[in-house]
Amino acid sequence: MADILSVSGLVTQLHNGIRIVDDISFNIRAGETFVLLGESGCGKSMTALSLLRLLPDGVTHTDSVAQLDGIALFGLREREMRDLRGGKMAMIFQEPGLSLNPVMTVGQQITEVLSLHQGLRGKTARNRCVELLNQVGIPDPARRVAEYPFQLSGGMKQRVMVAMALAGRPKLLIADEPTTALDVTIQAQVLQLLRDTQAENGMAMLLITHDLGVVAEMAHQVGVMYAGQIVEQASRARLFDQPLHPYTQKLFAALPDAAHRNQSLAAIPGSVPPLGSVMQGCRFAARCDRAWSLCREKTPGWTEVHTGHGVRCHLYQMQGAGNTVQEKQVRLSVPDVDAKPELHPEPGPSLLQVSDLRVHFPIRKGLLQRVVGQVKAVDGVTLDIPQGRTLALVGESGCGKTTLAKALLQLVPALSGRVQLAGQTLSGYVSREQRAAMQMVFQDPYASLNPKMRVAEILEEGMTALDIDSGSKARQSHIDSLLDQVGLARGAKWRYPHEFSGGQRQRIAIARALAVSPRLLICDEPTSALDVSVQAQILNLLKSLQQKFELGYLFITHNLAVVEYLAHEVCVMYLGRIVERGTAAEVLRSPMHPYTRALLSAVPRIDGANRDRIRLEGDLPSPANPPQGCHFSPRCAHATEQCRAHYPPLTRHSPTHSVSCYLHVEARVDDRVF
Amino acid sequence: MSFMPVFLWSDKLIFLILAVGIACVWYVRQLEHLLVPWRRVARNPTAMVSLLVLSLFVLVGLLDTLHYRAALPDRNDGETVYSPEVLSVFDKLVTPLRTQTEKTYSAPLAVTLYAKESVIDASGHVLREYPRLRFGGAGLTDVRQRDADIFRRGLTGALAGLAAGLLIALGSKRWLVKRKWPMRALLASTLVISVLIGATVNLAAAYHVLGTDKVGQDVLYLSLKSIRTGLIIGTVTTLVTLPLALFLGVAAGYFRGWVDDVIQYIYTVLSSIPSVLLIAAAVLMMQVTIDMHPGWFTTLASRADLRLVFLCLILGVTSWTGLCRLLRGETLKLREMEYIQAAQAFGVSPLRILMRHIMPNVMHIVLISLVMDFSGLVLAEAVLSYVGVGVDPSMISFGTMINAARLELGREPMVWWSLASAFGFMLALVLAANLFADAVRDAFDPRLNRTWEAE
Repeated sequence: MADILSVSGLVTQLHNGIRIVDDISFNIRAGETFVLLGESGCGKSMTALSLLRLLPDGVTHTDSVAQLDGIALFGLREREMRDLRGGKMAMIFQEPGLSLNPVMTVGQQITEVLSLHQGLRGKTARNRCVELLNQVGIPDPARRVAEYPFQLSGGMKQRVMVAMALAGRPKLLIADEPTTALDVTIQAQVLQLLRDTQAENGMAMLLITHDLGVVAEMAHQVGVMYAGQIVEQASRARLFDQPLHPYTQKLFAALPDAAHRNQSLAAIPGSVPPLGSVMQGCRFAARCDRAWSLCREKTPGWTEVHTGHGVRCHLYQMQGAGNTVQEKQVRLSVPDVDAKPELHPEPGPSLLQVSDLRVHFPIRKGLLQRVVGQVKAVDGVTLDIPQGRTLALVGESGCGKTTLAKALLQLVPALSGRVQLAGQTLSGYVSREQRAAMQMVFQDPYASLNPKMRVAEILEEGMTALDIDSGSKARQSHIDSLLDQVGLARGAKWRYPHEFSGGQRQRIAIARALAVSPRLLICDEPTSALDVSVQAQILNLLKSLQQKFELGYLFITHNLAVVEYLAHEVCVMYLGRIVERGTAAEVLRSPMHPYTRALLSAVPRIDGANRDRIRLEGDLPSPANPPQGCHFSPRCAHATEQCRAHYPPLTRHSPTHSVSCYLHVEARVDDRVF
Repeated sequence: MSFMPVFLWSDKLIFLILAVGIACVWYVRQLEHLLVPWRRVARNPTAMVSLLVLSLFVLVGLLDTLHYRAALPDRNDGETVYSPEVLSVFDKLVTPLRTQTEKTYSAPLAVTLYAKESVIDASGHVLREYPRLRFGGAGLTDVRQRDADIFRRGLTGALAGLAAGLLIALGSKRWLVKRKWPMRALLASTLVISVLIGATVNLAAAYHVLGTDKVGQDVLYLSLKSIRTGLIIGTVTTLVTLPLALFLGVAAGYFRGWVDDVIQYIYTVLSSIPSVLLIAAAVLMMQVTIDMHPGWFTTLASRADLRLVFLCLILGVTSWTGLCRLLRGETLKLREMEYIQAAQAFGVSPLRILMRHIMPNVMHIVLISLVMDFSGLVLAEAVLSYVGVGVDPSMISFGTMINAARLELGREPMVWWSLASAFGFMLALVLAANLFADAVRDAFDPRLNRTWEAE
């Protein structure tokens, strides 16, 4: 098949000569997907924008050749380039909420592309519009055409984006992290859609992602990017079978899973260097444990190890291409991990007990602000976290996980229910000791630290508020020891948060919570904003802190791999209620609730095992207006009349495993949990 | 004593602001991490040049704030009698400008009046001609020598200024180098400014450099006197606005609920009242009070001054709504940030969250909008003077200058110099303040600066 896109020697640089994309070459054939894989700040998006010639001010590309379907992209005038964008090549962005114009209907936005690139007007354009929406699987497209973006859910918006991209009948589709902002179930839908569309019209696709799971599902060819360069390029099968570059190998090793449960993960020390900071030698040398002096002096060249499998590393350069690299295969260096047995095979004394907690938000309407309904964000949740154990709370966004966390911290008033912390009931007023005993680590390390306060002041705040370690000397030494614990230099305390990378900032946030010596740490997706290699560092840190201080964790996440690695128990939450609970092994290995099964099957796996995928249709219903009966029944393939009429009771299937679903109700109906 | 110091209300307020400012400087000097951003400001050429210009304005304003009454030569029963006229140190320094008034309009650097008058010559004929000025170019025997004289005086003044500038530059060079201040920009602007001042001073000794107004007062003098009025309206009004806007704005945004409702209602109501009417009513009431109690005031100046302070107060009370609304919006955004929730999880008190977390993060808005408002306030004063409720007519301000010039713009040939000089001085003042505030904001934004670069 012919190459749709061929790029050779693409260089993009700032005006001062710093190269942010350095010598990138690849080809994409029709009907194939080329994935650019890498952590944030590696220049992936810049590569895509260079191809579209939409670089921000101050960034230019130099001496490179890129041909799209026989047209030299960099020789075109801006006018001709405009015809190409949205026509022969189209792009999908990461945040569907931000890429649609909120004051235009979906139909108008797609028609705009149609009239520009296909010359369609009036009725024909409208019909084609409906056809496109139908093609991307939007139900009732004739009605949706006239709707505004705010009336659509996140998944639908991304589908509309795909429809817009397809409107120009592109030869090449560039998708920049198209599913990063979406839930796993929606991600599975969108990825399936992209695959189907590609199979249908044979377009080439350039997919940008940081998620190895997405690579495994989508890629034909993979280019691994690091600090502006492609360090390894191969077909998916080869790359997953035999990654050559130390960076690629470490990326695989850094993925959390059940197999590494009792060890620490092979985190890559440090973080991605800022673009353009390394001018000499291999860019990965500083973080590579196989690096020797040559790596720091000479930039490695491109070595074709096998046909179609190239790598940019000195390890493979010395013996010429064609030699077997099998014996040279770098040992996956999991740093002498203490395969210690778990400290608490048996759960310790109970730390946090929550029973039947409800948090409802009233919906007010009209002049007199009358209450017309309730958003039941948390609707009767019962939890129990023993000391030194991790309970993972899993569910799609909008299911009430974060509200539950805030209600536990008494930041949001609970409607009813009881929260007991170490035997003491919390209600409205929280004493200093209770505040200190329970702390939270937030999702976004960029929003959770005050940019105008220095690290020492941030760490000191909790101590001041809760009156811990009075006296500035005692406080300063406490701050020093906190920084040591989370692995930051002591000199860091006089700096501002913006001088730190995402991972370091998350360490500061953890240190802030630890400052008041809590016994329970509520972690609200603490690693979802971080890169894989940094995520491993943070997970290792959390695990070691748990062993050291016997901390209990309530770990809120949608990343099931992290759950497998870290959690002892798992609760699956759907629309404010817990639908299944049990030990990690029980829930993840033998899920019972159809929702849990769907959630598990939606997660892209790097082993690429061909599982029977359970497709979840539609989106999470609104908690203001939950469906009658079992909340999951409208999306459930096994729903019966009974499901639609009554909410199923929680039934127990083992001392730890319980589920609320009529499919499993016959087991032991009388043995109800409450 | 040959003089008696006078402290007007506005003087006291200025001294208060000055004292607070000095205290702040002293406090900042103690703390290294607060000093770092100011060092960054000090290394920014634009900031330092605008600070230089700004400090010249402030210097004039401060000199004009030291008021006194001179002793009269005759005594009353051995007791010293003081003149009813309140003068300032600045007035004393520029006495010739103040006292050498012409009959009416004259153009900048002119030697004759602007309009023809009937003059009876020695032989008794009535002639229509431009009469000579009493002071402007009085030393010249022939009008045709004017251009050469101006050139000569300007040049010698500029050269003297250049020499003085070079002396200052040489004297301060080592100091600048030691502190790593932007030497080239500062020295160049010092030279330019001293050349300008030198030429102006030398010319002003013999001419009206910016012409004269309707009653023959020197426009340069009026412009320089207006600086103090402008600065007072800018700073004292801010003193009233800032606490109102800042506290109400962040409180409304942070607490929401009924607090937000109440504050929103207040500012919605306040901003729907036509502010000119409100100010007019308040100022007229004040005027009546002043007129009813002549015993309160010993001098005319103190009457005019009280009216100015009151005008600042009422301007402040009506103009905080815009900033308040901005701050409320920003706080609504900030209160959802995770660091605020983290503080709440520690049980930090709401007041402390407002002070430590919210206020530092809205300061950039406060700084920029205050400086932007500054020019608006000076103009508001001009508008109010037009309606007749501005500063006292005896008080010199940009507003009264613009207002007087307005009447003459329609005349042919046009009298343009009053307006032009008010415009020029205001432009320089506000532009310098804006550029300086911009640099300060950038220097305090940790996102744009990294601590290790400053060391």
